[in-house]
Amino acid sequence: MTLKEIKKLLNAEIIIGEDCLDVEIEFAGGSDLMSDVLAFGKPGILLLTGLSNAQSVRTANIIDARAVVYVRGKKPDKVGIEIAREKGIPLLSTQHMMYTACGLLFSHGLPGVSGLSYKK
Amino acid sequence: MKMSNEDELSQHFEITGRDFSNAGKASTSIKEILQEIGIDSSITVRASIAAYEAEMNVVMYAKKGVLTLNITPEKLRLKLEDEGPGIGDIEMAMQEGFSTATDEMREMGFGAGMGLPNIKKNADRFEISSTPGIGTSLDITFCLSQTEKK
Repeated sequence: MTLKEIKKLLNAEIIIGEDCLDVEIEFAGGSDLMSDVLAFGKPGILLLTGLSNAQSVRTANIIDARAVVYVRGKKPDKVGIEIAREKGIPLLSTQHMMYTACGLLFSHGLPGVSGLSYKK
Repeated sequence: MKMSNEDELSQHFEITGRDFSNAGKASTSIKEILQEIGIDSSITVRASIAAYEAEMNVVMYAKKGVLTLNITPEKLRLKLEDEGPGIGDIEMAMQEGFSTATDEMREMGFGAGMGLPNIKKNADRFEISSTPGIGTSLDITFCLSQTEKK
């Protein structure tokens, strides 16, 4: 699933990375807890989070996340946006809450970190 | 970046306790160095995660600390020395989910009691020692050559 499709599914706004919409996303995971993201995340992950401080972007960079989607209409602070720009990490923001955002992506075929995918 | 000799690289990073706005900067720099010198990407991610967890522990719990990155052709080593409250029961602290984090730390997205176990999980060798009231030392090693594998 491309970032462009994800943007459309989540009715999301691009905060940074307008030129990265063709990036292919293979799996995703959602958490507000960066401790969990560091423990269970994998390189290439699309991270969905409601944590909007700079740690969300620093964590995404450390684990080689492909992109970050902020839920509940949140947006990262200036420091976070600057780090994302520097590291080339696309950032999106959706008004959907975590459960709905994850559900929309999962039900449209984007697997979780474990590889588990939606079966109709 | 200090080059001790042709085959060794080492750099120190100072970390200040409670400085949440700069938390993660040292680990981000470490990751940049590892990428720059061409360390295998999976080792780079594992070492960066370990460095980040260690750095966050200093920011959250200690007064200050120094994280030292040392790389030889055989291994990548992260040594952390902090000045702080130390850990009274290391066995307990190594259990997933055990945490003495405050609400402020949790608001930063940390303090779930996953840090030390996650460092150990990512490392090839991990040693920890601590003196309550003095501080904690971590010695985290990643093997870069087959002969160094555990």
